[in-house]
Amino acid sequence: MHGRPRKAPKPEDEAASSAKAQKLRALQTQFFSFHHNKIYTKEAVELSAKLLEINPESYTAWNYRKLAVEHYLNLPDCNPDSIKSVLDDELRVVENALRQNFKSYGAWHHRKWVLSKGHSSIDNELRLLDKFQKADSRNFHAWNYRRFVAESMKRSEQDELKYTEDMIYANFSNYSAWHNRSVLLSALFDKKAEGFLLKEKVLPEEYEFIHQAIFTDPDDQSGWFYHLWLLDQTVTTDSPLLASSWPGHGSDVLLVGDRCYNGSAFSPFSALHSDSGSFPIVLYFNQPVRGVNSSTVTVECGFNKNEDLLWKPLSASNSQTARVWVAHLKVSSSDLHSTVEVSVGHTKGIISTRGFEYSHPSMLSFKVHVQPMERDSSQVSVAESISLREENFKVYGKQSEESIIDSFDQLIIKNGHETTASNWRFEALAKEIECFRELLSLVDCKIGKLTLARLLKAYDAMSYPFANKLVHSEEVLELYSDLMKLDRTHYQFYKDERSIVLLQKYKDSVSSAICGPICLRLNNLSLSRMGAFEKLLWVQMLDLSHNELQSIEGLEAMQLLSCLSLRNNKLRSLTALEPLRKLKLLRILDISYNQIGDHSIDTTRYVCSSPLSHSVGSELNRDETVTSDVALINNWEAFYIFKDFNLNQLDIVGNTIADEKFKSVLVKIMPKLKQLDGKLLD
Amino acid sequence: MDDIPPYPPIDPTTFDLIVIGTGLPESIIAAASSTASKSVLHLDPYPFYGSHFSSLPLADLPSFLSSHSTSPSPPRSPSSDDPNEFSLLEFATRPLYSSIDISTFSPNLLDQHSRKFNLDVAGPRVFFCADKSIELLLRTGTNQYMEFKSVDATFVGDNKGNLWSVPDSRAAIFKDKSLGLVEKNKLMRFFKLVQGHLAGEQDIKISEEDLQSPFVDFLNKMGLPPKIKSFILYAIAMADYDQEDTGVCRDLLKTKDGIDQLALYNASIGRFQNASGAFLYPIYGQGELSQAFCRRAAVKGCLYVLRMPVTALLVDKDTGCYKGVRLASGQDIFSQKLILDPTFKVTLPSGSSPPLPLKEKLPFFSLKDDKGKIARGICITKTSLKPDISNFLVVYPPRSLFPEQVTSIRLLQIASNLAVCLPGMFVLYISALCNDDDQGKKLIHAVMNTLLTVPLDSESNAAVQSETAENGSAVQDETSESSSGGPSDSGEEKPTLLWSALYSQELTLGQVDFICSTPMPDGKLNYNDLIDTTFKIFQEIYPGEEFFPETSLENPEGDGDASPET
Repeated sequence: MHGRPRKAPKPEDEAASSAKAQKLRALQTQFFSFHHNKIYTKEAVELSAKLLEINPESYTAWNYRKLAVEHYLNLPDCNPDSIKSVLDDELRVVENALRQNFKSYGAWHHRKWVLSKGHSSIDNELRLLDKFQKADSRNFHAWNYRRFVAESMKRSEQDELKYTEDMIYANFSNYSAWHNRSVLLSALFDKKAEGFLLKEKVLPEEYEFIHQAIFTDPDDQSGWFYHLWLLDQTVTTDSPLLASSWPGHGSDVLLVGDRCYNGSAFSPFSALHSDSGSFPIVLYFNQPVRGVNSSTVTVECGFNKNEDLLWKPLSASNSQTARVWVAHLKVSSSDLHSTVEVSVGHTKGIISTRGFEYSHPSMLSFKVHVQPMERDSSQVSVAESISLREENFKVYGKQSEESIIDSFDQLIIKNGHETTASNWRFEALAKEIECFRELLSLVDCKIGKLTLARLLKAYDAMSYPFANKLVHSEEVLELYSDLMKLDRTHYQFYKDERSIVLLQKYKDSVSSAICGPICLRLNNLSLSRMGAFEKLLWVQMLDLSHNELQSIEGLEAMQLLSCLSLRNNKLRSLTALEPLRKLKLLRILDISYNQIGDHSIDTTRYVCSSPLSHSVGSELNRDETVTSDVALINNWEAFYIFKDFNLNQLDIVGNTIADEKFKSVLVKIMPKLKQLDGKLLD
Repeated sequence: MDDIPPYPPIDPTTFDLIVIGTGLPESIIAAASSTASKSVLHLDPYPFYGSHFSSLPLADLPSFLSSHSTSPSPPRSPSSDDPNEFSLLEFATRPLYSSIDISTFSPNLLDQHSRKFNLDVAGPRVFFCADKSIELLLRTGTNQYMEFKSVDATFVGDNKGNLWSVPDSRAAIFKDKSLGLVEKNKLMRFFKLVQGHLAGEQDIKISEEDLQSPFVDFLNKMGLPPKIKSFILYAIAMADYDQEDTGVCRDLLKTKDGIDQLALYNASIGRFQNASGAFLYPIYGQGELSQAFCRRAAVKGCLYVLRMPVTALLVDKDTGCYKGVRLASGQDIFSQKLILDPTFKVTLPSGSSPPLPLKEKLPFFSLKDDKGKIARGICITKTSLKPDISNFLVVYPPRSLFPEQVTSIRLLQIASNLAVCLPGMFVLYISALCNDDDQGKKLIHAVMNTLLTVPLDSESNAAVQSETAENGSAVQDETSESSSGGPSDSGEEKPTLLWSALYSQELTLGQVDFICSTPMPDGKLNYNDLIDTTFKIFQEIYPGEEFFPETSLENPEGDGDASPET
């Protein structure tokens, strides 16, 4: 069934298949005439059965049979016996068709449809399934149908679990069986069924079970998939948690009216330029959630309850689910000092994608100080071109370095209530780590290395808030470097993963990279992907130049960014800049020396639904006056990306796309732009 | 044998070939020669087929064994008073079984149902689903005369009575509860290496140097732990002697041969859809195999006369050449060629050159050292050694039962669903290679004491039943006492012995010379070596003839028939 090479057809086979095709064509012609004329006589229905027996893929024939069944069931002289005989006929036709091709979608679907009529005995179905699953134990159609049958029969999940076990014992190389196991266990966990109340009791047994498969044959991938599911079950807490926020709890925020920060007594991390007197509040959850709004999250500023505060999800797709949520709080200019209290989850309604309620209400409070405007900000921006050159990253005093490092984690929210509950998770991970170290001592195994890296990462992430150190990061980096060498096909994937680990352990190397109070320099690190955003919410000026970034997914979380350099990276398309659209404070952007325009086909278009999804398209159409411009229509991607930007300065030189014509389009899209590629604009 | 039936004279009186004895090699040769259009007369002094390969009713087994255990009768001098131009050369018989020890603990039950039993004289023996005997059965269409069932599992036993399942496949390794994760990984990697090597994959080739080295060294080199090594050597490659003690090992397995054994085992698993294990066993016992080839021969015109002993050879007076045989009925039958079963020993007339042993004449002869013996035991019990499974093989690797154990002991349990015993009963066949009878007894008793409860009040029975082996019962008593001292560690009730037969069998080789004689059943688990030998004997007598030519296929679609009944 599996792993057998396909043989080239012999001449006699080809002759047979062309004879079959001839017969099929004749049948089909006749069938279509019956179908179009709505003829449901016995002969006509039998003809369709004959057709389906030869070609079970004929969807039209299945649909015709459905119509015929409905036709018979609606006859006035219809009685329970005749209904049964009509439906039994259907089951027989399906069975014959499945015998011809047991992977026929149409046939399986038709069977479900007949069964759902509720007149046929379901007990037969398990017998039929046993036959099919014996013939091909991995046939996912059969497994899928089995779930349907088990549910209709109200067969217990425990019985089905036993069945998957038997199938796995017969041959553990069975994706379908492992998958069904994960589905069944999830259901049992959700139900809190007896014996499945505590994950910490069930998961170790499952780990033990999967180890048998993985150690016996590490090359077989089916077991690894199940292991990945177990790992997820171990690591992911059911209810979502708040991971970090800006402003951090207990911090002081200084709102200054102009860009020239003049060294006040406040922590440099929380000084923010604000023209409008408003500032963003960013909530970063550990998993995507929905339902963040002014009733689930209350923001009190003095006596102001801010009930009209609008929370927006920050996600690449325009869904209402996101890990990061932002709201813009306006401070009244009369209050120079005020205390803001944000309480999250005191009212129910924040729910994770997996359906779990946010259940650990937390409270953040911080102080906001407003420094009145001293100079006209627009004047400054025009006069000086702000760039990320070396001199702008002033080396911060040595003596205060320690405090910088400490405050680096100030945004992280420690969820103390999780410690005791997580003990078993630590133990499970520690055990797995030991287990896979052993495996790797026996065999050189790519997926084993990847799994170990994942385990170590998960262990570090779980212990981080308490241990304050990523103990395994060096080992993880080494594993990914190894994998990049061993498995060139997935080089980019490993590099991306490695980049994120590199960023996570950033704290350890921060002293050399952090140069200014609100500036972060992450250049020349060979990063191919950005990560660790939950720690970087405070950054206002970010230098990512001279890396290998192809995507800046997730950057939308950094709401305070006003100045960003992506110079000398590997961005390949304008749509890759999508996350930047959500950064309302971004004024200065350097995307020079990338690969935008090198590749005529922007593959992200097809991979990600986001930039060109229908919702986006409709948004575009509203602005008809602009889209009527021919130049803009031809550059509608640029229009879509840049039209929402409030940029003062843009560097785009060194990209194939950036010819004079394109630049003139950009100027048209962004009328506020003051400087393009170092040249002042009128 | 005492009353020779009044047979009508055999007609014709001249054949191309006379075969005496219906053991497996004789039967195959009879079938092959008939297929090659030779006229063949096949004789057997017994009323049943199979000779030393037969399956016998319970009551007949002891008498068959003892009839072959008497010391050789001194050959009478060639009678010179024969009126013909032939001199008569009387046969001497060779003692083939010794230390026969029959014990009955449930006389009534077993005696009344003697015919319900089909006990293999040459057990334990199985077919590997992909071995030469199955190929031969399929090729010759002989499978149509037999039905098989699967032997479901192989276990390795220890001295505490535990039976450990042998992780012989990917699924079995996965399922195994006794192996650690590291062991599982090492074993599976070893299997993959072997599979890759056999499939001729370029990057996983076992070097020629390794192939020529001892298999046990190669396993060590692969870093396999002792437990797994023992599984591979003795329960999969079926090595006979302790491979790690070169002092006692008479058949040090080379890696090449070890790999071939693994390949055979691997090809056997899953060959037939309804055989779950690697082995098959024929319904009604192993004696069916010889009988099936006799039928095959009869279809091709071979003439069969059972219950017909042969009393003497007819030899040309002048040349000393073989001419024919004299039957017990007094009739003289002539043929070009003669095949004798190993019972007979021919004393040559003085002056003629002594026959060369087959081994020297055919250096490729693969039978084991003919000086050794094989100890066999047959036990009948009412309970299976392992619950929920009825037909299985157990291997006790060297040193697993006691330190001086130098050979593997194999045990095959067959249940009544193979029509070898009364419903609800089990037959255990045990065998081990040994140097002498005492050593052999010790080996068989060691297994029996580990696995079975031997009733103590059996002295009288045992004494009555053991007619020939005087010291056999003494050994029996001694060991059963020692076993009664310590309760079994497994905690489960051990099956109680109802009946047992212990005996030692000579490992007589065949010979090819003046007269060809066939070998005795060897110490192997399957028939591979015997079939090789038989083929060589056939080639020796009919050098130009093909051994079952392809065209002789009568039943080309017979492939599925070899698969066991469900």
